[in-house]
Amino acid sequence: MTHFFFTVTLALYGCATAAYLACLVRTLPGLAQWASRLLAAGCITHLLSTIHLAVSIKHLPLTNMQESLSFFSLAIIAVFLFFEHRYKVTSLGSFVTPAALLMFGVSAAMHGQVRPLPPILQSNWFWFHALLAFLSYAAFTIAAGVAVMYLIQRYFLKAKHFSGLFLKLPPLETMDEISYRCLTVGFPLLSVAIISGSIWSEQAMGSYWNWDPKQTWSLITWLIYAALLHGRLVIGWRGKRAAILSILGFIVLLVTFFGMKHSITW
Amino acid sequence: MNIIVVGLSHKTASVEIRERVAFSPNQIEKPLRELTNLDGIIEGVIVSTCNRVEIYATTRDIAGGIARIRRFMADYHRIPFEELEPHLYSHHSEAAIRHVFRVASSLDSMVVGEPQILGQIKTSYGYAAEYKSSGIILNRFLHKAFSVAKRVRTETKIASSAVSVAFAAVELAKKVLGDLSDKTVMLVGAGEMCELAAKHFMNCGAKGVMVTNRTFERAERLADEFSGEAVRFEELFQHLHRADIVLSSTGAPHIIIGPKDVEEVVKRRKFRPMFFIDIAVPRDIDQKVDDVDGAFLFTVDDLQEIVQANLAQRSLEAEKAEEIITQEIGQFHKWLSSLEVTPTIVALRTRFDEIRRAEVDKTVAGWKDLPPDAEKRLEALTMAMMNKLLHAPTLVLKKAGQGGRVDLYVDALRQLFELEAAPEENEELELEE
Repeated sequence: MTHFFFTVTLALYGCATAAYLACLVRTLPGLAQWASRLLAAGCITHLLSTIHLAVSIKHLPLTNMQESLSFFSLAIIAVFLFFEHRYKVTSLGSFVTPAALLMFGVSAAMHGQVRPLPPILQSNWFWFHALLAFLSYAAFTIAAGVAVMYLIQRYFLKAKHFSGLFLKLPPLETMDEISYRCLTVGFPLLSVAIISGSIWSEQAMGSYWNWDPKQTWSLITWLIYAALLHGRLVIGWRGKRAAILSILGFIVLLVTFFGMKHSITW
Repeated sequence: MNIIVVGLSHKTASVEIRERVAFSPNQIEKPLRELTNLDGIIEGVIVSTCNRVEIYATTRDIAGGIARIRRFMADYHRIPFEELEPHLYSHHSEAAIRHVFRVASSLDSMVVGEPQILGQIKTSYGYAAEYKSSGIILNRFLHKAFSVAKRVRTETKIASSAVSVAFAAVELAKKVLGDLSDKTVMLVGAGEMCELAAKHFMNCGAKGVMVTNRTFERAERLADEFSGEAVRFEELFQHLHRADIVLSSTGAPHIIIGPKDVEEVVKRRKFRPMFFIDIAVPRDIDQKVDDVDGAFLFTVDDLQEIVQANLAQRSLEAEKAEEIITQEIGQFHKWLSSLEVTPTIVALRTRFDEIRRAEVDKTVAGWKDLPPDAEKRLEALTMAMMNKLLHAPTLVLKKAGQGGRVDLYVDALRQLFELEAAPEENEELELEE
């Protein structure tokens, strides 16, 4: 059953991604709406299958790379749909959905083992930490996507190149605003995620902070976004500077997520 | 019934000729009446704009109708026919339908995609309806033309991009600043293009305008126009930070705004983006201003580039529009053809009924000792016979109305049964409605 849902989700995401990419190169009436509907449908089936999985294994599916990738992609798409609804930025979809699709595809291809839940993970702090971490990651992913679009559009404007992609991208200020909102949502989430992670670490290992690679790199990620937030609020950073930092923070975030392992193993 | 079009446009006649042929909107009733009084012309609409004068009409006699309208255009305006004739074009049937659909969709305009022509045709149609020179066919036809034009506008981007420098400035500003409704514009110097652009910005909801000029009185006058604020030229840099959009067009022979000035201003604005347009030649704003983070500078050449690109795009969109029009022509033509059938059926039935009644009357009159219900029975008998005889041809005719062999059948019927020209067209067609 879960497998069926996942296949449907993959198909819907695939069609939605194709539609969003088509929006970049062609203007067809209704294409943008269809892309959005397909994506929303996929998001719903994805959510349902995740819930179904959670119910069948009796805990949140966030314990291994396969489950994490799936959840990450779900969060990205949900956050994107929110911003698309609010700001009508179809072109953002062309940047975000391929990434989410890739993530979900890899997740679907991996073979996860359903093992009994090790005692170390049987802590509410763990679930809380993991959930918040992924939500913050999704916000930062959107911020990075919009930052890339910002830099591209800014380049077009400075180079006076006014056709093609230039016409499809949203206004600079809109992209800057989305980036800012993602930051104001993602940063608190990340902060709480790190704190709750430390609390879980104390429960599982006896100490709040171990300086293991995961914790260290999470801190580096946090510091970059903290600097960005400070820059925006206090100094007045925006535009190009903010975009570059968003992308930098995102790269570090990817390193943290994919590259670093918890010192706690299960 | 056929639709015909006769007229001239900027494509076939210079403005001197067009002027002489134009119909004034205040005095449109007389020409409309004369038009529909012409031999063979049933309905008529006159469209007269600065770029075209066209007459749409319905007639059964295509060649004659067109010839008479051409003469009418020359005679009404007292122009020698030989002088006017080379500039006139004419269309009939499907070509006429296509022409009017194209014109309404602004495909035949000087600037493809311009919005005025549709309104102009609607106004012309309004007069024709008021003075009842148009009837069911032209009414339906022009309504269809309006909806086709609307389809073209919504389904293609033929009308959506800026093709004037002032509009391009606003479009570009939107791409940088997003929503313009809380933005302030500053006009530096005075110039037609700047004023026009400022007007467009205000139309898009800009919050306010500041005007500065070496001559303070000029600044005040211009500021009044926009209910804005006049700023002394010496105080330009004290107020510049309040502007999100700067339009510059002074006659100064040297640079007025340099990169250092803009750096300070941008910092003062906490890096909120600033949009500069420099119309002046020689330039007012140093090119290096574009390198300042948070400032975006464009010249008239850049805007012209946008306009050219948009014009090119419009011609691509025009192709899409032509496809839409081809689809719609087919549909409308079918409807037009189906009209033929009803008056013919009615005429045929009337003819049969006349004969029937005559015979019944004759029989009843010459029948001695007529049984009491005989007349009723005769009536019933002949009616039933007539209906059954007419049933099959009626069905076939109605079906042919969608197929396209209508003219053939209608023509044959009219000839075979010697049906006169159908009774009052307008009445018959109202039945169909």
